[in-house]
Amino acid sequence: MRTRHIIAATLCVVALTATTAACGKSGTPGDSAAGASAAPKLPTYQVKADAKVEGSKTFDAAKSRGKLIIGAKADQPFLGFEDLSTNTRNGFDIEIAKMIAADLGFSADKIEWKTIASANRETEIKGGGIDYYVGTYSITDTRKTSVSFAGPYYIAGQDLLVNKDNTEITGPESVKGKNVCTVTGSTSIKQIEPYGAKITQYETYSQCVDKLLTKEVDAVTTDDSILKGYAAKNAGKFKLVGKPFTKENYGVGLGKDDKALRDAISDALKAHEDNGDWKKAYDATLGLSGSPAEIPALNRY
Amino acid sequence: MDILFEHGNFALLRDGFLQTVELSALAALLALLLGTLLAAFRVSPVPVLRAFGAVWVTVFRNTPLTLLFLAAVFTLPRLDVRFSPFTFAVLALGFYTAAFVCEVLRSGINTVPLGQAEAARSLGMTFGQTLRLVILPQAAKTVMGPMSSVFIALPRNSAIAGAFSVAELFQAQASLTDLGYPIVLIFFWVALPYLAISASVGVLFHYLPQIALAAGRLVRGLSERGTPVRTETVEANQ
Repeated sequence: MRTRHIIAATLCVVALTATTAACGKSGTPGDSAAGASAAPKLPTYQVKADAKVEGSKTFDAAKSRGKLIIGAKADQPFLGFEDLSTNTRNGFDIEIAKMIAADLGFSADKIEWKTIASANRETEIKGGGIDYYVGTYSITDTRKTSVSFAGPYYIAGQDLLVNKDNTEITGPESVKGKNVCTVTGSTSIKQIEPYGAKITQYETYSQCVDKLLTKEVDAVTTDDSILKGYAAKNAGKFKLVGKPFTKENYGVGLGKDDKALRDAISDALKAHEDNGDWKKAYDATLGLSGSPAEIPALNRY
Repeated sequence: MDILFEHGNFALLRDGFLQTVELSALAALLALLLGTLLAAFRVSPVPVLRAFGAVWVTVFRNTPLTLLFLAAVFTLPRLDVRFSPFTFAVLALGFYTAAFVCEVLRSGINTVPLGQAEAARSLGMTFGQTLRLVILPQAAKTVMGPMSSVFIALPRNSAIAGAFSVAELFQAQASLTDLGYPIVLIFFWVALPYLAISASVGVLFHYLPQIALAAGRLVRGLSERGTPVRTETVEANQ
């Protein structure tokens, strides 16, 4: 009896492993060619076999390790999202990270993803825990004192997400006395505070969205890119006010003064922006929200 | 060093500090009152009360505090229980700590010889009187050490509230971190106030017996003319 149980359990484990492996494969972008729908497809990236970055310790370390460690977010739909059921990551930021990796000579299976909360980004980059970071990382002067940025690869603006039937909030000017939710310690707070909003702060935007669902807060504020993702995920429940009142330049964060790596990443971004990968990646992710986006000019400082 | 004096950082840390103190003090008060009540429940002769105390301790002592916060802040509003984030924090922290206070007090009660309670009962005291005048004062004295640990842990546990929309020290840390200051400096300026709060609680508990004794003397001095029996009893047990 006991042996039979053990055999059954073993079979279950084997079956599960096999399923997971299969899932991993079917999750690869561009594989589902059978789909005849007009849905935009993710691009595939040509891995450069002879990639070289002279004088970058980070790159040398990654090369000898045989793996690239990329920091990303895991809870932002269509931007940086980790699907725990299939163990895959998807979103616009993830695509950007992948196209850079390809140009550095690392295929998608040579990438080790590391989920890093906003508050820990500088620490991780400085400590060498990751090679670079792609995750709605706004380029600011204060941050530039501890890390370097390649990009911008996307320009977002802070906006407000409200319940569909909300007609009171029409822009930042109308949030006075209203309860606005954003993530603990984020720069979004500094931008909305002057308008006289009451601020609620939680660890993640999904918690804020939850509070918006129960109508305990009147609006959620952060970059429109993030909000679009949540609006799409909770279809028909929310709407974006559509009046961005800041300009956030998303950059790829990397070790300070690693000019060689920064230039290499800038080159990679430029190449993929020019060959249409950038647009394809956008259309298949954030573009699903229906709003177009422009490719920003790189700032090689 | 200059991190403290630019861009309103000082106000941020000061407000965070005050919020942490306020939150800790209110939660401590709640925990002390509730914990004492629960301890009384757990040693009371009424089975329902004993069971209530046991369930409370089991649930609140064995659930991670973060989960308690999560449950309070995100599920209670769905049941139409709506408080401010600060109130939720005081309740979660107070209910959690009360379970520990209860168990510490109960362990103290167990150190009081059974004869004390029997003697009190033979004098005709009720259960309430026995507990209040004979058992608890003696128990309180023996648990001073572990009790101080519980209340030193409380201000540190209060940091969790920072993740749930209470603008206390930990949240000030998050704001500073997001602004991109060096983590070591932030750590210093945030850890220092926590250290100050926890150390103060430690010192307070260290001198609590003397403070209680002095207070006892004061009370006796004030009511010298009446020579009340009750005050004598309390004093004798200290």
